[in-house]
Amino acid sequence: MIEMLTEMFSYNFIIRAFIVGTLVSLCAALLGVTLVLKRYSMIGDGLSHVGFGALAVAASLNLAPLEVAVPVIIIAAFFLLRLSENSKINGDAAIAIISSTALAVGVVCVSISGVNTDLNTYLFGSILSTTTTDAIMCAVLAAVVIVVFILFYNKIFAVTFDESFSRATGLKTGVYNTAVALLTALTIVIGMRIMGTLLISALIIFPAVSSMRICKKFKSVIICSGVMSICCFFIGMCVSYSLDTPTGASVVIVNAVVFVVFWIVEIIKSKCKIKK
Amino acid sequence: MSLITIKNASIGYEGKTVLSDINLEINEKDYICIVGENGSGKTTLMKCLLGLIQPQSGVISYGDGLKQNEIGYLPQQTVLQKDFPASVSEVVMSGCLNKKHTLFYSKKQKEFAAESMKKTGVYELRKKCFRELSGGQQQRAMLARALCATQKLLILDEPVTGLDPVASSDMYSLIKNLNKNGITIVMVSHDITAAVNNASKILHLSRNDYFFGTAHQYLHSDVGKKFMITDCPCDECRHNHFNGGAKQ
Repeated sequence: MIEMLTEMFSYNFIIRAFIVGTLVSLCAALLGVTLVLKRYSMIGDGLSHVGFGALAVAASLNLAPLEVAVPVIIIAAFFLLRLSENSKINGDAAIAIISSTALAVGVVCVSISGVNTDLNTYLFGSILSTTTTDAIMCAVLAAVVIVVFILFYNKIFAVTFDESFSRATGLKTGVYNTAVALLTALTIVIGMRIMGTLLISALIIFPAVSSMRICKKFKSVIICSGVMSICCFFIGMCVSYSLDTPTGASVVIVNAVVFVVFWIVEIIKSKCKIKK
Repeated sequence: MSLITIKNASIGYEGKTVLSDINLEINEKDYICIVGENGSGKTTLMKCLLGLIQPQSGVISYGDGLKQNEIGYLPQQTVLQKDFPASVSEVVMSGCLNKKHTLFYSKKQKEFAAESMKKTGVYELRKKCFRELSGGQQQRAMLARALCATQKLLILDEPVTGLDPVASSDMYSLIKNLNKNGITIVMVSHDITAAVNNASKILHLSRNDYFFGTAHQYLHSDVGKKFMITDCPCDECRHNHFNGGAKQ
């Protein structure tokens, strides 16, 4: 086991991917708690599809992938948030329309430019794709997310729990929603290339949903999600290395297993309570 | 000076006007119930008072040292709160955020929150999970949160919806008690009988018209008579009722 780990971490690209993945998992887990609780889970999924479209367009036009994807996905984040807030338009249907359109545009672009091997990498992620720039960007993003969560923890709780009450007591809820959407967009852009566009939203949803099974306080849900997400990423990466499976998919499977375990724990707990 | 003065206000949503030319004053220690049919603008008016939406015209001004963000608000519960993982004290403390632009809760705020929880009888439940409480307990926790935000005025949006009769009457006596201790109450309600029994003033909204007066005046008004199923027990009304019966 230890031998395997030392061997694994002797590769530079694995260390890079490990740093990026851990930080992305942490950011996604923290942001995921408020997104899931506000019923915005699908925004993450929608954004990753838009990100795929942007990456594919950038690749077929020979542009730098991040410089195209970042602005596109930020614009999409604002747009999706507006859609979800506006009760007139059916939010989830709109997200589905946008994400499938973006996916379709991406697929068409890739097939026209004829780089078929890249399609698989974009959709399911590749550990080889992280660069040093990614690692630096990721460290900055993680720092921002953690600082925002510590400084504005109480306000984030208030806005997540009850938006109209928060607005009535003078909190600028729009600012917090926008900040969360913006940070989510950046997390997705960076994490997308390791995890894959189809799988990145799992990092946002799974830790929050699993922690909610066993935690009863908002604070413990946040801490549990963060820790759990990092552990799952680490285990997933080790599994992927030793069994030679795709990293993103392995991480998602580990997350799913943890979810099932937490779920069973919750059921057993509630049964014990009834017996008492 | 009154706490809230509404002058020539028109309110509505999505470009439509529901009520126009409203003029009324909310004074200290009032207990006002807002009643009326669905779509008559009860919720819209309440949102205007809270500053969540702006009146289409006219002015709503705040006096007596009341600031708009110092109104305690008890909203209707949303679906997402039903399975929200949070302890009661976390929920209640979030009412303190309007006080100062502090990032963390001070000792004073924690004491204030504890006091609010004692007032509504949820102090013993403070470490429990909010989603595991009964409907009545949840509503009392939300009331404690509203109390954290104010020392003067509470606005309650149908506070007994979904509560059983015992929990409802507990809630009403709790609200009455708070009112006796000097907190002004504005309550939106469908429960007209409880409104007349508890409130000192009634605001009845009907399409593009409204009645505002004491509970007694309301019972004697045309709109009140039409809306109340039970008759006023006072002598004059009994007399009217008797006459009405004789005519048939």
